[in-house]
Amino acid sequence: MTAIPSHSPRLSVDDLRGSSARRRRELFVRIAFMAAASLSIVISLLIILSLAGEAWNFISQVDLPLLLERGWFPRRDLFGIPTIVAGTLVVAGIGMLVATPLGLGAAIYLSEYASPRARRVIKPVLEVLAGIPSVVLGYFALQVISPVVVDQACPGITEQFNLAAAGIGVGVLITPLVASVAEDAMYAVPRSLREAAYGLGAQRRTTSLRVVFPAAISGIVAALILGLSRGIGETMVVSIAAGATGGSLFSVNPCAPGQTMTAAMTALATGSDQVRGATLAFPSLFFVGMLLFVFTLALNLFADRFVRRVRVRY
Amino acid sequence: MPARPTLDESEQIAPAATTDAAPLAFPEDDVVFRVESVSCYYGSFRAVRDVSLEVPRNRITALIGPSGSGKSTLLRSFNRMNDLIETARLEGRILYHGVDLHADGVDPVEVRRRIGMVFQKPNPFPKSIYDNVAFGPRIAGYRGDMDALVERSLTRAALWDEVKDKLRAPGTTLSGGQQQRLCIARAIAVEPDVILMDEPASALDPIATLRIEELMHELKENYTILIVTHNMQQAARASDYTAFLSMGEDRAGYLVEMAPTERLFTSPQHRLTEDYITGRFG
Ligand SMILES: Nc1ncnc2c1ncn2[C@@H]1O[C@H](COP(=O)(O)OP(=O)(O)OP(=O)(O)O)[C@@H](O)[C@H]1O
Ligand SMILES: [Mg+2]
Repeated sequence: MTAIPSHSPRLSVDDLRGSSARRRRELFVRIAFMAAASLSIVISLLIILSLAGEAWNFISQVDLPLLLERGWFPRRDLFGIPTIVAGTLVVAGIGMLVATPLGLGAAIYLSEYASPRARRVIKPVLEVLAGIPSVVLGYFALQVISPVVVDQACPGITEQFNLAAAGIGVGVLITPLVASVAEDAMYAVPRSLREAAYGLGAQRRTTSLRVVFPAAISGIVAALILGLSRGIGETMVVSIAAGATGGSLFSVNPCAPGQTMTAAMTALATGSDQVRGATLAFPSLFFVGMLLFVFTLALNLFADRFVRRVRVRY
Repeated sequence: MPARPTLDESEQIAPAATTDAAPLAFPEDDVVFRVESVSCYYGSFRAVRDVSLEVPRNRITALIGPSGSGKSTLLRSFNRMNDLIETARLEGRILYHGVDLHADGVDPVEVRRRIGMVFQKPNPFPKSIYDNVAFGPRIAGYRGDMDALVERSLTRAALWDEVKDKLRAPGTTLSGGQQQRLCIARAIAVEPDVILMDEPASALDPIATLRIEELMHELKENYTILIVTHNMQQAARASDYTAFLSMGEDRAGYLVEMAPTERLFTSPQHRLTEDYITGRFG
């Protein structure tokens, strides 16, 4: 026991310095976390660099006007970028046509109509749906969506592989994502706004569509853009169901087979028939990859911008 | 039945005082709400126990009482706002101009168009000032001159002069007091019969509070107003009748007494009321 001094003791800095071992541990932990954070940035940069390097390799060697040709036959040095961009847009577009009403409808139902009990049941189901591997959905698109749904919509169709089947498959794939992000946005709209609407004699429909929906618009737009971005990047469903072979003619007909950017990349890089030798086919993959990257980055930046612009403070 | 006198501004009908919470009775034609033995439940919890009272037309009736005594719960039963709460349930009857509000076939949407509400926290929609006011009339299918209706409502809510040059600005950019007046304008734009106010001034400064009170005074010419307030002075200043609710052992709120405001504050019939208004309780 130390005696309590009768006057306040004089302190020196050393008394308050603490243990140096503790400070060293703190420093070590800090560096470890910082390393983890920087590593992920470094890896991202490396990915971009490797993409950019090969893409540049491709661009500098290819006959540039060829890029605007129609038809994507990389093994025959025909790199018609519009072909695969068009295929991507058709698939992603059909996907959004499916996912927007389904996803937003589900979101409105869950957030505004469902009883707490229904919510408790349906939300996990949506999450299970979101967890279905895309390869499974790909076969579902090919074996069920194509013969049952697309067959009805496309008279005289002969191809089981087609962009529509892939697009609908992609739509099913991104619906849970759209629903869940949009639902979060709507559920977060303060209860007081709903009460204000009901207090004015609004029906549930009016309240959801004219008060809650606009109030949550930033989150809803974000949900749609995320869905679109995911749809553009989706690979497996398209590889399986869109009829992606090594090459494709230019086509925007949903009832016919087509090629997307993602499927073009996998088609070249899988199987025994791999690209090799002196052709530009291999570097072309990186160019397409770079394009995809730029697309989705632009979408995400746009989403961010938009969300910030329309965000309303409650 | 003897003809009952009608109410005019100068007189207040004083019922015979009894020791029990004798319901204040008004001439039949002046009764907007007749609450008959109403109890409100949240699940199995009883929040309001056996309240009976009458609310007169074109008057301001205040509900006062300690926190948790069920004032908001009772108020929200008048326009079936509690329907939105899954567990909420009501026993007894609330007659609105003679019709049981909770009877089969009564549509809460129709009820709320006639009985508007202003909430404790200003809750303008994240839309323009104009659209806030026009929201109710629009959804009710109003076909007339919307600009005129918006102007009239904002004028009656004593907000027009402050916002007439920025009707397109978001309602959420106004000050708290202005937002609350916007909410009042929004409520009166649908031309309701009754306006329910749940502590409409509790988030406002004294000046804004006085403005709201003045406004209520003007509004009662056309509307019946029911207001919940925590503020004794406000109840005393602004209301014509006051109902005092207290909380029992079971935490259920019940009506202690209702009387003309002046009488309730000068000669309360109950010890509980006296303690509460003099600040010895709650
Ligand atoms: N949604 C709800 N679910 C369950 N219980 C509730 C709910 N709302 C209110 N209650 C309970 O009902 C009782 C009365 O609440 P109420 O809000 O009506 O009181 P109040 O008199 O308005 O109080 P305050 O002056 O604090 O606003 C309280 O015990 C409260 O906890
Ligand atoms: Mg309350």
